[in-house]
Amino acid sequence: MNYEISLMTTMAISVLFALSLNLITGFCGQISLGHAAFLGIGAYLAAMLAKAGVPFLLTLPLAMLLAGAVGTVVGLTSLRVRADFLAITTMGVGFLFVGIIRQREWLGGELGIAGITGSNMSKLGYMLFTVLCAILVMALCIYLRRSWMGRVFNGIAEDEDTMRVLGINVPRYKLAAFAIGTALAGLTGALYAYHFQYIGPDSFGFVESITVLSMVVVGGIGSVAGVTVAAALLSALPAWFQFIGDYKLLVYGSLLFLMIRFVPDGMAGLVRRHLGKRRAEERGK
Amino acid sequence: MSAMASSLSTGPLLEVDRVTVRFGGVLAIDDVSFTVLRGDLLGLIGPNGAGKTTMLRAITGVVQQERGSVRLSGRPLDGMSIERRIRLGMALSQQLVKPFRDISVADNVALAAAYRKTLSPLRALLSLSQSAERRVAGELLERVGIARHAEDNPAVMPLGVLKRLEVARALALQPQLLLLDEPLAGLNSQEAESLATTISDINAQGVTIVLIEHNLREVLRICKNLVVLDNGRKIAEGDPKTVMHLETVRAAYLGSGAGDERRNRQHRGSDDA
Repeated sequence: MNYEISLMTTMAISVLFALSLNLITGFCGQISLGHAAFLGIGAYLAAMLAKAGVPFLLTLPLAMLLAGAVGTVVGLTSLRVRADFLAITTMGVGFLFVGIIRQREWLGGELGIAGITGSNMSKLGYMLFTVLCAILVMALCIYLRRSWMGRVFNGIAEDEDTMRVLGINVPRYKLAAFAIGTALAGLTGALYAYHFQYIGPDSFGFVESITVLSMVVVGGIGSVAGVTVAAALLSALPAWFQFIGDYKLLVYGSLLFLMIRFVPDGMAGLVRRHLGKRRAEERGK
Repeated sequence: MSAMASSLSTGPLLEVDRVTVRFGGVLAIDDVSFTVLRGDLLGLIGPNGAGKTTMLRAITGVVQQERGSVRLSGRPLDGMSIERRIRLGMALSQQLVKPFRDISVADNVALAAAYRKTLSPLRALLSLSQSAERRVAGELLERVGIARHAEDNPAVMPLGVLKRLEVARALALQPQLLLLDEPLAGLNSQEAESLATTISDINAQGVTIVLIEHNLREVLRICKNLVVLDNGRKIAEGDPKTVMHLETVRAAYLGSGAGDERRNRQHRGSDDA
């Protein structure tokens, strides 16, 4: 039972992480190849604070705050670049983060930080807590989609030049997407640190950024339900099939490539098209 | 809106003051000045490559002028972002229609009509209701004559509908100054006439309009004033009848002696005739 509880917690954390990227890449159309850095910022801050004896529930908002603040700064620097260049910029941020962590002894350097405790919850309690967080973030995403912010994000994702002509302050909205998305990644990072009780530089590198991007793309860029299902399934795969864990970048990288090449709108798109076809057939009869 | 604004201030709504725009070595706009009074329907005309669209882009801030100044209600716009200029009371209907294809025709207009709610991301995040915007969208679609396509997807709509959608979306911003870049292009003569009449009605209801258009028949029918550009320079301005009788205008724009624009186009198309 312990194993299932732990797996469930891992899945909820992956869902949270994927939803946070979906907000930036799916809703607002801003690609990021360095999203794991913000997971890392949240995780490292939570770990340091936990070591210093700061209560669990206080570390979560602080992790959000720091990751969101750094995310806003990164967002500011990337306002002038689009598409491919944004991908490269964010990738650079990801490498920069890992590079800094590796060099800093007080952050554990190569060895990382072990023995992170302090949630004072049972395994089951912690699982329920992370699942609750995931549900709340899902609700937030669904709300955001339906708000005017979500509609503006949609427009920016499709054609930001036209949004400018409609009087929309596009940079501010992009910053908002970066701020919210990276803050949620920070929250996820804190939950990650308390769950695994160990973090190291390898947990937040390029592989993780690609993994989470593949979750978003497989689920269907922008679709809250699709991304949730995809993140839950894909995060469980390495536990079910050993070789996926060994060849993570290969598997998720190929998946990402194949989806973008053949099913650019992801599982959500497949389902939509399937339903649409069935409805059309029924109408035909 | 515009009626209120005109009672607040009596100066010209838009002043283009000695504006020069250069793309690399090419002088696209050369020292052009003109003013647009409140309530005007000003036609900005000239042959292809005269700099009309560039002029509009300098007004909206898509391109930056090298020299000169653009003022709206006396306020200099130079260096301002596009979105700030729009927020100050301009709206642009672009030559190439760019509807959002994921949302319905009505939602396209509603998105523009929500400009108060979308002023800041926070306000947008806290605003859910779209009934007011949908109502505005319905009225505007009615006004431009495509209310029956409100729930259709723009991706499958013909150009005639999209051109009207573009105008409705610009109107949803409740502009004092509406900039229209070839709204009639690509429409057949019947569609063009009916959209031109709509534009004239919009002007009559108090919106000041600058219209770029090649369809001279409709321009001469609805415009109150003309500014004629040729090779980036202003060669004439004034009321349409006087302007069109000027020898310089006829020579630059219509070709020597040609009275009918369509014939003139065919003439130019055949090149050697």
